[in-house]
Amino acid sequence: MSSTLPPSVPGAAPGGASQPAKPQVNRLGLSQKDYGGVPSTLCNGCGHDTITAALISAMWEDGMNPYKIAKMSGIGCSSKTTAYFNSKAWGFNAVHGRMPSVATGAILANHTLNSVGVSGDGDTASIGIGQFVHAIRRNVPLVYVVENNGVYGLTKGQFSATAERGAKSRWGDENQAEGIDLCGLALELGCTFVARSFSADRKQIVPLLRAALRHRGTAVLDIISPCVTFNNHEASTKSYDWGRTHEKPIHEIGYVNAWDAPAVDYPEGERIEVPMPDGGRILLRKLGRDHDPRDRESAARLIAEARARREFLTGIFYVDGDAPNLVDGLNLPAEPLATLPESLTRPGRDALDAVMESFR
Amino acid sequence: MTPLTASTAAAPGASKASHVNVNDFTILVATANGTGSQTANSTLIRTIMGMGLPVSGKNIFPSNIQGLPTWYSIRVCEAGWSSFRRVPDVVICMNPATALEDVRKVAPGGTVIFDAPLQLEKMRDDVRFYAVPFGKLVSQVTPNSKLWTLLKNMLYVGAAAELLSLDFAEVEKALRKAFASKPKALESNLLAVRIGADYAKANFPERPPFRVEARNLTAGKILIDGNSATALGACMAGCTVLTWYPITPSSSVAESLQEYFAKHRRTPDGKHTYAVIQAEDELAAVGMCIGAGWAGARAMTATSGPGVSLMSEFIGLAYYAEVPFVLVNVQRTGPSTGLPTRTMQGDLLACAYNSHGDTKHPMLFPATPEEAYRMTMDAFELAEGAQTPVFVLSDLDLGMNNWMCDPFAYPETPIARGKVLSKEAFLKMPAGSWGRYADVDGDGIPWRTLPGTEQDGMAYFTRGTGHDEKARYTEDDAMYVKNMVRLSKKFETIRKLVPAPLVSAAPKPSRTGVLAFGTTHYAVEEARALLRTDHGIEFDYMRLRAFPFTDDVKRFFDAHDHVYVVEQNRDAQMAAMLRIEIPEVAMKIRSLLRFDGLPMAADEVAAEIAAKEPRR
Repeated sequence: MSSTLPPSVPGAAPGGASQPAKPQVNRLGLSQKDYGGVPSTLCNGCGHDTITAALISAMWEDGMNPYKIAKMSGIGCSSKTTAYFNSKAWGFNAVHGRMPSVATGAILANHTLNSVGVSGDGDTASIGIGQFVHAIRRNVPLVYVVENNGVYGLTKGQFSATAERGAKSRWGDENQAEGIDLCGLALELGCTFVARSFSADRKQIVPLLRAALRHRGTAVLDIISPCVTFNNHEASTKSYDWGRTHEKPIHEIGYVNAWDAPAVDYPEGERIEVPMPDGGRILLRKLGRDHDPRDRESAARLIAEARARREFLTGIFYVDGDAPNLVDGLNLPAEPLATLPESLTRPGRDALDAVMESFR
Repeated sequence: MTPLTASTAAAPGASKASHVNVNDFTILVATANGTGSQTANSTLIRTIMGMGLPVSGKNIFPSNIQGLPTWYSIRVCEAGWSSFRRVPDVVICMNPATALEDVRKVAPGGTVIFDAPLQLEKMRDDVRFYAVPFGKLVSQVTPNSKLWTLLKNMLYVGAAAELLSLDFAEVEKALRKAFASKPKALESNLLAVRIGADYAKANFPERPPFRVEARNLTAGKILIDGNSATALGACMAGCTVLTWYPITPSSSVAESLQEYFAKHRRTPDGKHTYAVIQAEDELAAVGMCIGAGWAGARAMTATSGPGVSLMSEFIGLAYYAEVPFVLVNVQRTGPSTGLPTRTMQGDLLACAYNSHGDTKHPMLFPATPEEAYRMTMDAFELAEGAQTPVFVLSDLDLGMNNWMCDPFAYPETPIARGKVLSKEAFLKMPAGSWGRYADVDGDGIPWRTLPGTEQDGMAYFTRGTGHDEKARYTEDDAMYVKNMVRLSKKFETIRKLVPAPLVSAAPKPSRTGVLAFGTTHYAVEEARALLRTDHGIEFDYMRLRAFPFTDDVKRFFDAHDHVYVVEQNRDAQMAAMLRIEIPEVAMKIRSLLRFDGLPMAADEVAAEIAAKEPRR
């Protein structure tokens, strides 16, 4: 856990290492293990497994109700990972590139679920680009994690659409097409939470995920996640070495829930605080750049400049916590549509009579 | 303004014809689309229905917004037949582009009402021509030339009403209904009807040999299109999620359902008990449907053939993951720029065995608006009852045309949500005994749990075929086979749940059978009467209402030497399905096919059967 951040788990002493006897529990009395899933079957050292571990930590630290999470995915290595966390929740490994539509449907049926979608660069930037675009347009309440490694893993190493022009494959051939910058695209589409991270930067990912899990709309997290088998070679721009030597965080990220103890203050002038609608706060400590993630134009500039300079910037580019989401526009009752009683879903005889009368 | 009834006399005009056709003829109105003739045509239909006579209307229209030819065929038939008539008796020619062709279509002895400048009167000497200067007359209705195109339509309503002896009180009633919220438009439309009628009365002493006489055969009836009926079924079934992508001819299912939702599906405090998403394409539409069905909603989508093709991968997933939802397919002709606004029964094979791998799906075949309503409700019960996608196979003829029928009955039974395991029931089970895909009841249908239920052990992970009974991932061969066999067993359970075919026996035992489904029903039932009177041929008739086929189908074949399978597609798709499902009936099938995009005509069905049947 990050040492610069306040303890987010009431009852757990700061620096939990001093109390090894009892497992730490969160505000629901659950241990981190309670948010675990089945063992991963991915390659040893896969970046995706680190993200899975970060998701478990983030959900636990946040004290999320584990039953009320819907784990949604498409097809690919990344999409398998929804089985590897939080077995108390339902998961749906759908078809390739179509996670957003299935997640949208699940939210329509039960808007009390917190949807966490895990996808990959093939699943999102190629076959699923249409559904990615339209989920963002609708501001579907969904954490949309893209585990981005620039290659297709399950089909053994073909370039994906996020591979940069000129990127080299493991076998030395060069990618001829321009890569898609998912953060730039998401921002252009009006996405209300746009961030990039690096799977090896656990310190950043956990608070980033916590903030995203508390976001009410679509939170796109483009997480560069090296493929140890097919794209971790010397010439790769999605390898561990490349990431470690090139990552430039734009800020340090912390997340504080409404019920957390008072936060450690970043020094005045270095600090940006973004309040979230549920009372939580994203705390950012500037690292050399003067970017406020509530400023869309600044975010657009930052992403465009990073792309032009081939810089690997990480952090929260943009967040708008107040934007209305898909569910807000539907005027739904508090009870999920899935479990509404017949008295509310079947109109009475008078209603049918009135319709019949209109056809006389 | 003067009531219409005061402006005309009831006396029929003098006629030199020896025979006047009363209450059994077809009117074809030829216009260009985008001219607003729909209200005029429905006024004619409602008038005839108001006079107590069975009537049906068919819109033969192009895939276009404005300018291309469109026809509306109105059949008045005291005997109650409503199948399509290819040869009209009365033609109203408003479209110069098709006028010559339209006049050639009229039956000998028929009548043509036409726009005077078209000068059609010399074309034939076996029909009567009535030239009406619509262009001149419309300027008497209003000086506002912007309204002329629209109001010309009401002029032909007036002229036709006068010439065919329609009841102007009923015309006025129909107009008042159509323009209930637009008093100004009502006034000008009433005036147009009156001017058209007055012109006909003053200028045509010789009446056409066609007349509508009031009867009392439509009391209590409604006039409704199949898509509205389907939508109403969904609304009454408690559908909570509709996700769709616009495609003719299914769009009005979704649009009507949204209207019913808005009017009739609110909580006492005004909240919506439904959600509607117009998706970005059919893949997303069905994906949302599946997500919603999985999470416990009563979900549906409405589409047509091309949409079903796009949905195919997802439909296969839903079959294997056992996710309930309803897919309404209003069938049309062909892909892409085929004949998307024409009718067809062309998606049987594409739906029954839709998707990759071993898949088969229940399908319901409504033939009437009542069935569109009823079967859509049944489809939700079946989908949730059996945890599988269910197809409602309507078509453009049923969906977009107006049909007269009895009002719909309120559902008799409460909504049944199928095998959804509650937390309470789960806790009563021995620990660890529940499995998402375990067949505990012996009917192949497992128990499911809903996401969000706050109880350890109830969650499961959903994926395609690779799972064991507890939904854990496996590629074990024996487990795969076991699951597939269970899915087959589930299909056998479904066979017992779908509506049985309707059989109508000939007055005396017959060795000839006819099998039809959906809207081919209308041509077959009328052909039956024609064959009886004209040829003395009788047959037993089975109307299929569902797939999988119930045992009645085999029994019907067993009881006959041969069975005509009547369908609207080139490749005899229903016959192919019968051969696949009940191979022993193969040699008894005689296919009777039409695939021109028009609704099937009874006389053609009768002629083909008469030609193939031995004389009695």
